[in-house]
Amino acid sequence: MHEKISAERKIKCGILNGLMYASAGLICLILLGLIGYILYRGLGNISWELLSTKPSLIRGTTGILPNILNTLYIILITLVIVLPLGVGAAIYLNEYASNKKVVRIIELATETLSGIPSIIYGLVGMLIFVQFFSLGTSLIAGSFTLVIMTLPTVIRTTQESLKTVPNGYREGSLALGAGKWYMIRTVVLPSAIDGIVTGCILSVGRIVGESAALLFTAGMANEILNLKDAVLPGNAGSTLTVSLYMYAKERGEFEIAFAIAAILLVLTFIINMSAKMAAKILKKGRG
Amino acid sequence: MSKVKKASVVLERAMNCIFTVCGFLTIAFVLLITGFLVVSGLPAIKEIGIIDFLFGTTWASTAQTPSYGILPFILSSIYGTCGAIIIGVPIGIMCAIFLAKMSSPRISGVVSSAVDLLSGIPSVVYGLVGMIVIVPLVRETFNLPDGANLFSAIIVLTVMILPSVISVSETAIRSVPREYEEASLALGATKTETVFKVVVPAAKSGILTSVVLGIGRAIGEAMAVMMVAGNVANMPGLFTSVRFLTTAVASEMSYSSGLQREALFSIALVLFVFIMLINVVLNLIAKKKER
Repeated sequence: MHEKISAERKIKCGILNGLMYASAGLICLILLGLIGYILYRGLGNISWELLSTKPSLIRGTTGILPNILNTLYIILITLVIVLPLGVGAAIYLNEYASNKKVVRIIELATETLSGIPSIIYGLVGMLIFVQFFSLGTSLIAGSFTLVIMTLPTVIRTTQESLKTVPNGYREGSLALGAGKWYMIRTVVLPSAIDGIVTGCILSVGRIVGESAALLFTAGMANEILNLKDAVLPGNAGSTLTVSLYMYAKERGEFEIAFAIAAILLVLTFIINMSAKMAAKILKKGRG
Repeated sequence: MSKVKKASVVLERAMNCIFTVCGFLTIAFVLLITGFLVVSGLPAIKEIGIIDFLFGTTWASTAQTPSYGILPFILSSIYGTCGAIIIGVPIGIMCAIFLAKMSSPRISGVVSSAVDLLSGIPSVVYGLVGMIVIVPLVRETFNLPDGANLFSAIIVLTVMILPSVISVSETAIRSVPREYEEASLALGATKTETVFKVVVPAAKSGILTSVVLGIGRAIGEAMAVMMVAGNVANMPGLFTSVRFLTTAVASEMSYSSGLQREALFSIALVLFVFIMLINVVLNLIAKKKER
């Protein structure tokens, strides 16, 4: 190259490069700022008392144990319901459905579901589960709402990994005389386990972070429940996110709010990492 | 022998049925949600009158002579979303280009994890930080009596849409065939020129998808907006406290009754229509891309 590029082009490229670096830097800065600030304000307020008690005026304690338990219950109940449904739907789409048009419509519906904002899920969940099925404002109504909300995630991740199972596996199994269900149970599903686990973890992430859909379905109560009560209708309870909202917005107790935020942040981090790890490990195991 | 066969045939049939039912569940859910929203949202619109409802400028649901105009909410939602898109999309696309084309794989990995983490942070956490950091900052910088306004909401929404804009655009940019770039580089264009004049135009439908997804996320966000936008039913201005469609539903739900409650369902229906429009746009983009 004898002649160098013109100054104008050089400047243009320089500006664009600068903007790119600045944008990427800004993202990292925002994240670091957020994490740093939340941990700084929150970690100091996390104490054993906070984690192990319930809010009580008489004893003067403000604990978040009920909220931690409620979050776990909702995760558990939602996953137990959504996993079979989602995996089943993915199996239908990938293994059974022969009509392309039907598959397209179902995929369209799945995309639509994943685009609906959580406040609408909250409202519809209230209309359907709380009022129509008269479950009352309860953990179980909240879980049912979240089942609809997380269904697209489970379907999508399972379907992705079903698609990567080689057709030879299926043909080999069928040629040996296995029935279709037997083939799916023994050959296809074990090979698609990575997608199912990833879907699970992503759903947990979504459930942990959800608040708008739970505000009117699972309620705002802060009582300690056991698992048996949690599945019964009429037992309301707030999850960590909902209680964060209540502490910050309604009561102005920011110390507790930041403590919960710090816990949520750590949980988010763990969920993110485990999704990545699970995908890596299970894919490797599949060879 | 025949008994075994019979049992297995029955089992096969049963599983076939079960999977088919699972498969059609999502369609059923979409219909269920649409049905419930339409049935519970239409009565109030009918009673108030669609013109008065959509274009009325005052919302006073608890006044003696209540008026239910949701134009302030619609405009606030649109302005807030536009603001977040105008600020967030250029930053997001620049960052996506950086991640896909300009940086080393290691740096890309680190920044990508940061983006993933940002997208996983619950919206109430964004709301909390917005409430404690952004709102006072806006109040002091612009010398306002209250910092909880549309501007604060736009800033928080911008941060919240960035992850989806970045990750979808990045995928789109990465999927542009390498030959395009090589041809451009061979003609003497610099790396930066190649990326901006060849790769980005080739990835434009994917980038557009990311923008539309961002719009969907911003217009549907409730909790974070509720915590930073001030939550007063004003006509929107950059520094006035506003209520979005989402927060209008959320803020009065717990104590509403009668026509007020029905009007809230109608607001949700309007929001739903917006989301459906966004879905249609997404599908149009996808269809165009296929061609």
